[in-house]
Amino acid sequence: MSEPIHLLPDETFVLNVGPQHPATHGVLRIKMRMHGEYVAEAETVLGYIHRMHEKMGELKTYPQFLMNLSRMDYLGALAYCHGHVLVVEKASGIQVPERAEYIRVITVELNRIASHLFGVGSFVMDLGGFSPLMYMLQDREYILDMLEAVTGARLTYCYYRFGGLYNDIDDTFIARARAFIPRCRESLKKYHRLITENIIFRKRLEGNVYLSSEMCRKYGATGGVARASGINFDVRKNEPYSVYPEFNFEVPVFTEGDSMARYKVKMAEIEQSLRIIEQGLDKLPDGPIMPEKAPKIIKPPAGDYYQAVETSKGSFGIRLVSDGSKNPYRLKLRSPSYSNVSLFDEACVGSMIMDAMAFFGSLDLVVPEIDR
Amino acid sequence: MIGYFQEIFTGLWSLFVGMSISFKEFFSPVVTVEYPYETVTMAPRFRGHIDLVPDENGATKCVLCMACERACPSGCITIEGEKKEGEKKKTLTLYQLDFTRCSLCGCCVEACNFEAIDFSKEYNLASTRKEDFYFDLLKRLQEKRQ
Repeated sequence: MSEPIHLLPDETFVLNVGPQHPATHGVLRIKMRMHGEYVAEAETVLGYIHRMHEKMGELKTYPQFLMNLSRMDYLGALAYCHGHVLVVEKASGIQVPERAEYIRVITVELNRIASHLFGVGSFVMDLGGFSPLMYMLQDREYILDMLEAVTGARLTYCYYRFGGLYNDIDDTFIARARAFIPRCRESLKKYHRLITENIIFRKRLEGNVYLSSEMCRKYGATGGVARASGINFDVRKNEPYSVYPEFNFEVPVFTEGDSMARYKVKMAEIEQSLRIIEQGLDKLPDGPIMPEKAPKIIKPPAGDYYQAVETSKGSFGIRLVSDGSKNPYRLKLRSPSYSNVSLFDEACVGSMIMDAMAFFGSLDLVVPEIDR
Repeated sequence: MIGYFQEIFTGLWSLFVGMSISFKEFFSPVVTVEYPYETVTMAPRFRGHIDLVPDENGATKCVLCMACERACPSGCITIEGEKKEGEKKKTLTLYQLDFTRCSLCGCCVEACNFEAIDFSKEYNLASTRKEDFYFDLLKRLQEKRQ
């Protein structure tokens, strides 16, 4: 019989997580140097799903790039498309009709709820609770059906156009959206009873991997991750765009900085999004959805333009450098998940492997958006 | 000591709440369908791959302006035409869609000024051969006519 292996007290080993691993939600690889059960060092390895979206932006004309944005974050795609059309409209000085802007906000918020529902559901599934995901998918499905009836696609939308929208919403959409609001509020109560108040879930997450506001600032984390660490920053409030200043909503901020707070931010944001949709449907003006003189060929004057939008993951920035031709000279996409994943390496050091993976789930990452 | 029992009680209560929700959901109406025996109705605006739209006579409306070919971001449309004797305009001889590269953006449908192309409602597209996705849309139109 051979002797069992005795590790020296300070001996470490390397553990490879991914690139094909259910907990990483896509093709992301983490190299972890482990000290027993504890993470001594972690390194996220990116680039497995890099598709050169920025280069494609330079090679294609402006309208041809519209559909690329929804391939970045496939869960909350409309907010990314919104950022793109806003920056091109800003550059070429296109006036958007008010009705189109309202419909954009309503659809973006619906998409944000769908994204949060899936984000929370898959996060709970990572921790071992499967049924909440099924209930959340049921609500998400309702939103996707609604958006499919209007946009023609379930995830990879191509709905916004420079100056307005692809097509108008109808009464069925408005009726279904109105019916969704009380339905979702009712489901939120169920989720709070099922998840938020669940003792196993709370004990697992309270105090799980603390993120200080300094660390969030250092890595440029935005969105729910930053707001769970006490940073009150939301692009919709801080740098208002579109028709958001006309809506009355709050930015949920928690100061705990643990995974539970990151979960709570998402749940609170669903409620706020419902409020925005409610007000949007009440205020929805009549009128055209495209300006009368929408330019057929987009050629923005030479210059440097930037627009940030608040997506379900955080602040998405898009920088457009135009040289006056049909193609952009440079199209830089600043994706929120990239910044949010960067802090993982430093934050998870010293925690146990299962805590690190729970923390990873709470960051709500979409890998195609990190690599883009 | 009290804390110990309190913890057991809250744990059991959480379990009870979770089970009661599951129990309630057990009697809620079914939301899924048994695909492929049942299918859901497609949304009218569903964007499938493109198809040629026939005119009153069942012929194509395409005038070979090449607007869709230029608008396509991925270059999946190939159009060929020839000028027959005694006719003023060119007639369409080939309209091929390379669906392997198509991303269903709908730029081509928007670019068309003659309403010659529209989205189909097909979604049951699966094959092990790449060639099955090179659609000859003119042929499809003629088949539909017969």
